[in-house]
This record gives sequence, structure tokens and C-alpha cells, in this order.
Amino acid sequence: MPTDALLDPLVLARIQFAANITFHILFPTISIAMGWVLLFFKLRFNKTGDDKWMQAYGFWVKIFALTFALGVVSGITMSFQFGTNWPGFMMAVGNIAGPLLAYEVLTAFFLEATFLGIMLFGQKKVSNRMHTLATVLVAGGTTLSAFWIIVLNSWMQTPTGFEMINGQAHVTSWLAVIFNPSMPYRLTHMLIASGLTVAFLVAGVSAFQWLKGQRQAAVQAALKTGVFLAAVLIPLQIFVGDMHGLNTLKHQPAKIAAIEGVWHTERGAPLMLFALPNGETRSNDFAIGIPKVASLILTHDLNGEIKGLNEFTEHPPVAKVFWAFRIMAGVGMLMLLASWLAAWQIRRQGEPTPLVSKLLIGMTFSGWVATVAGWYVTEIGRQPWLVHGVLKTADAVSNVPSGMVLSTLVMYLALYVFLLGSYISVVFYMANKAGKATA
Amino acid sequence: MDLAYWLPVIFAALMVISMFAYVILDGYDLGVGILLEFESKTQEKDKMIAAIGPFWDANETWLVLGVGLLLVAFPMAHGVILTALYLPVALMLLGLILRGVAFDFRVKAQAHHQPLWNRLFFVGSLLATVSQGVMLGRYLTGFDPGWGAWGFALLVGVSLVAAYALIGASWLIMKSTGALQQRAVVWAQRSVWFAAVAAVLVSIATPWISPRVFDLWFSLPNVFLLAPVPIMSAALFVVIAYSLPKLAQRQRNGNDNFCWIPFAATVGIVLLSFFGLVYSIFPHLVIDQLTIWQAASSTEALKIMFFGAALVLPTIIGYTIYSYRVFWGKAGELSYQ
Repeated sequence: MPTDALLDPLVLARIQFAANITFHILFPTISIAMGWVLLFFKLRFNKTGDDKWMQAYGFWVKIFALTFALGVVSGITMSFQFGTNWPGFMMAVGNIAGPLLAYEVLTAFFLEATFLGIMLFGQKKVSNRMHTLATVLVAGGTTLSAFWIIVLNSWMQTPTGFEMINGQAHVTSWLAVIFNPSMPYRLTHMLIASGLTVAFLVAGVSAFQWLKGQRQAAVQAALKTGVFLAAVLIPLQIFVGDMHGLNTLKHQPAKIAAIEGVWHTERGAPLMLFALPNGETRSNDFAIGIPKVASLILTHDLNGEIKGLNEFTEHPPVAKVFWAFRIMAGVGMLMLLASWLAAWQIRRQGEPTPLVSKLLIGMTFSGWVATVAGWYVTEIGRQPWLVHGVLKTADAVSNVPSGMVLSTLVMYLALYVFLLGSYISVVFYMANKAGKATA
Repeated sequence: MDLAYWLPVIFAALMVISMFAYVILDGYDLGVGILLEFESKTQEKDKMIAAIGPFWDANETWLVLGVGLLLVAFPMAHGVILTALYLPVALMLLGLILRGVAFDFRVKAQAHHQPLWNRLFFVGSLLATVSQGVMLGRYLTGFDPGWGAWGFALLVGVSLVAAYALIGASWLIMKSTGALQQRAVVWAQRSVWFAAVAAVLVSIATPWISPRVFDLWFSLPNVFLLAPVPIMSAALFVVIAYSLPKLAQRQRNGNDNFCWIPFAATVGIVLLSFFGLVYSIFPHLVIDQLTIWQAASSTEALKIMFFGAALVLPTIIGYTIYSYRVFWGKAGELSYQ
């Protein structure tokens, strides 16, 4: 019954958490790499003394502040929701998740929040060296924050270094917990994703300014930085993504089967370009695939065997994972095309053509799409487990009445739509205004 | 030393300290947010925001640490407390989100949107404050579902508005000059009475509604041993009420001496209230239901976190002090330069 399903507290709690984490991840994704881009601007200025770098810093630090604020407030929501919506999570694995989260707050959170004040408002109050140091600390803090969160998330995907006693996880080796098998791949993949998101944001907004006739040196410098950063990072990301996929095949084969839409174990599996995975018939409708390529990519052998979903008694919902993966990979391909085209034009004639500028503007927030889709692949792909093989999602949910979850869900969704709209429009409004002020 | 006994005590103490830091630090910036509504001039509003600009982010982090410690050190209590407080928590988050983003949006948005963001800054601050008070009130009654308990929670919610307004106004007295400073003195003069009445009401209502708290405070010899707590609080209220007109007079003559007195006295009152609260509750985490030892994480997990906290907390305090020194003195115009 659809109405029953809609009022199922588990479904509602999952939708609410998904909404919150989707909204939250947008902002750290930007602030992690933006901190380093700002540091790059600042270091270029320190070295060359060219004022354009400081102007670029001055403009982008404002967007950084806005992004950071949204990340902080939505992050606070997350920290409360562990308790309000998923009390079973901490009860079962609190001995592992707890210290990791505590280390995030202690080592990273205070650092970024405190030095952000100096970075934003202290330029005239501290020495140039101290201001550069504050930028380093903020960038380092956001990255350290990402490290702890990815460690925890990776551990939930590929848990190691613990034993279960009376339904509670107890650590046997912190090294094994932190350096769990998927952590290095996941961390690298996420950091590059953040770099790409920022690269396209900077390139897109700068292209917007460029097209509006703001041809000052600062805009040009930012545009170049964004485009070249994207052009360098995207092939790297494709390579790292591939390694990450192989790691997932080893540790979470059901997720790979869902990504590839492989219902039955087969050799020489095709790479599906389009298909509608059908859970009822346990097969793909309207499938279009390139023969043997999935096997080639995953096993490096045209006739390599890929385990199908039939091998697993429980597996993630196929269509969602299948399509989320294709959106991520599709946006990645577009990124490759757009950034290389723009980089080639800039190298050849110093600026992108209006058409490519428009393409870059259109892709300003493409990093968000790819990152969110990627997170859906990895998070939905872990279902029905919350901690793979240890704790089911259904066993962690709280027994708060559905009505309360539903009403707060509506509240959050309305708020998020409003804030997201405001964020995007203010970014472009500032881009427009920045030009008028200096031109 | 028995770690299984002491580590939960240490973490409970750390939690209380971070909550105390939160109430003082975010208290003043929430208070400034509430007072924003009572200032009509945009320019003065900007000055008020400038007085909290470099700090609010780090201030809010103390809440994350406090709740984080509850989450990681006392996972059992975290689930119980936060599911019981589901709605006020959601409303508080809504308030904190609104004010946190309004702070940044108001200076960056189109001019005709600025009044909207200013209003949202106020609404968010007020909502967060009332929700925090309601949470405290619900917590003190052990989440009793009755109407009386809810009425009490609302009373605490309104009281906290008065308290935050007082500490916000005191902060502005320290950080501002001229017309705004004089306005802040007036705000402090009004809110100090509200805060005092609220403190008295909460002090009466808490033992009234909780027999356990009543016995703790009003049995012999406790009643004599504890008498200094309310007496000192009352004295500090008198100090604030007495100093404000004198400050106003001095400031009219360009003399800014002792502008820190209302803030320091308010901090003292909050400190005494915290003492009263902890005394009433310890060693329970959920009143009459769950002690800190029952709710604590495993000793190994606490030990790992203890090493981290022992190493890192002094560093955090160090650079927090550094940041306050950088922005010491009167707040100037808030600019990114």
C-alpha cells in the first residue's frame, strides 16, 4: 500500500536523512577544495605582488564564507540527527563512530571555524604572514574534517579492526579501523571530486563574468585557474574512480552487480549504456550495451566473470544505483570534454569562445550533480546494510512517530529549496556586482 | 585509579564545560540577533552584526562539541534525550540554520532582500533560543508528558530569551561606542529585570515540579550549604542593575571604564546557574532514569577520546584566545579587507 509505505517511519527517516545529507554535502564539497584554491591565490600574490591575485582572493573568499556558513549549519543538523533518527547506530557501533567523530570536532572543526574569522575579517589586523597561515589552517582544517568523515564512512562500507561483543562493536585495532580497505580510494575520489566541483564553479562563474564583459585580470586569472584545474583533475579522477570500482568489486560485489545491472552471474558482461532495471522480472528492460566491456573494465579480461545479483540473498535496489552511477559517469565525461575544450582554446587564443563560455556557465554546478550521484551510488549501494555485514539500516532507526518525522521532513525540504535557490542566485548576483564595482 | 569510574565523570565534566562555553558564547551572539529587531537603522544593525562577525562560527562549534560528547561518550543517553526532544531540536536547528545563513546572505544579497535576511536573522535567533530553553525545561522534568511540564518548558524557553538578550546587550556595551552603546545599555536595563524575574520563576518551578530536586536543595543541612548560590546570583543581578545607569552616565562623558562589568556579572550568574543545574542532576544523565556510568561508551573508546581531548583542547583554547585578542576592543566595520 503506497500510503502505508509513505508513513513507514523507516522510509521517512531515510528520506529525511537523505535530504539532509544531500543538502549538507553540497557545501563541504566546495569548501574543502576552495580553501586550497584560495591559498593558491594568496601564495601567487605573495610571490608576484600582482594585485589581480588578491582581487580574485577577495571575491572568492566571500563565496567561501557563504558556502562555509551553509556547511556549518547543515552539519550541525547532521550531528543531531544521528540521535534523533538513528539511535541504533551509536548503540551498536558508537565505540568506533564516536571517537572518529570526536576527533573530527576536536582536530578540525574548531580549527576551521576559529581561523575562518581571522581569514575573513582579520586581514588588516594581523600580518600578511599570519593571514596566509590562517588560510593554510582553514584549508587544512576542512581537509582534515573530510578525512575523519571519510574514514568513518569507509569503515561503514568495509568494516575491519573490531569484534562484536553482545551486539556492540569493540575496537581491536585502530589502525585497521582507520586504514580500512576502501578508505584510501574513497578519500582520494572525494578530494578530487571536491577539486573538480570547485574548478567548475570557479570556471563557470568566471566565464559568466567574462561573457558579461568583465575582462579584468582577476577574472581572467580565476577563469584560467578553474579551467586548467578541471582539465588536470578529470583524467586523474577517471583513473582513481576505476581503481575505486575494482576495490568495491572485491569488497562489495553486490554493489557492483547493481551498478552494472548484472542480474545473473555472467562471463563477458556488456557495459550497459541504457537499461531500465526491473526488480519484478529481475532483468533489464530496453537494454543497450557494449558487449564484453563491463568484464573488460572490471576484470581486465574480455571474458571475465562478474557475479550477478542472483548470488546475494539481499542486495541494494538496482535501478537507483544503476542510474545514479550513469549520471555520475556521464557528468564526468562532459567534464572531460568541456574542460579540455576550454583549456585548448585558452592555450591557443587566450580566451574561450562564447559558446564554450556558455558551456562552462551551464556546468557551474556540475560537480554537485556528479558528487551527489556518486554518493547515492555508494550509500544506496550499501543497503540494506548501514554498516556492511554488521548493522541493518532497519535496526538503527528510532521509533519516533511518523507524523513528527513527516512534518520535520517537509520543513527541512522547504528550507533547503529556499536556501539552495538563494545560494545560487546570490553567487551569480555577487559575480555580476563584483564586475560593476571594479570596472 | 579506576578508569571505568573516572572516565565517564571526566567526560560529563567536559560536556558541562562545553555547554557552559556554548551558552556564554553563542548566548551573546544569539542575544545580539534577538536585539537586532529592536534597532531600526540599517547602519546600526551592521555594527551589531560586526560585533559578532568573527566569532559566531566558532561559538556554535561548542554546541557541536557538547552534543558530540553526549553522542560519543554517552551514546545510550544521546538516543534517549534526542528522540524525546525531537521537535524542539528540529525547531532549534531550523533557527540556527536561518540565522547562520542570514548572517552571510544579508551583506551579499540584493539590497531589497536585505530586510528579509535581517528579519530571518532575528526570527532564527529567537526560535533557536526558545527551543533551547524548551529543551532544557523538558530535560529538567525528565520529559514528563503532562501539561504542567510543557508549561514549565515554555517558561524556561521565554526565560532564556531574557537571559540571552541580557548577555547580548552586555556584549554590545563592551564592543560598541556612541549611540549603539547607549541603546545597548537601555536594552540591558530592560532585559536584566526580565532575566531576574525569569531566574526566580525557574528556581521556584524546578523544585516544585521535581521532588528529587526539592529534596536535594531543601533538606538540612543542604539548604544552608547551598544558600550562597541564590544569594550570590541575586547580588550579581543587583550589581548589573546598579552599574548600568552609572555606565550610561560615564559614557555620555566619553569615559568607557568598567564597560565589561555587566558582561562579567552575567557570566557569573550563568556559572552559578550551571552549578545549580549540575548539582541537581549529577550523577544522572536522564533524571531518575540513567546515570552517566550506565550511559557511557566502553572504557577503551573513552580512553582514546580522552587522549585526543587532553592533547587538543588546550590548543583549541589557545587559538580561541588568540582570535579574541586579534579582534580585541571595539568592533569596527566588518570588511573582508
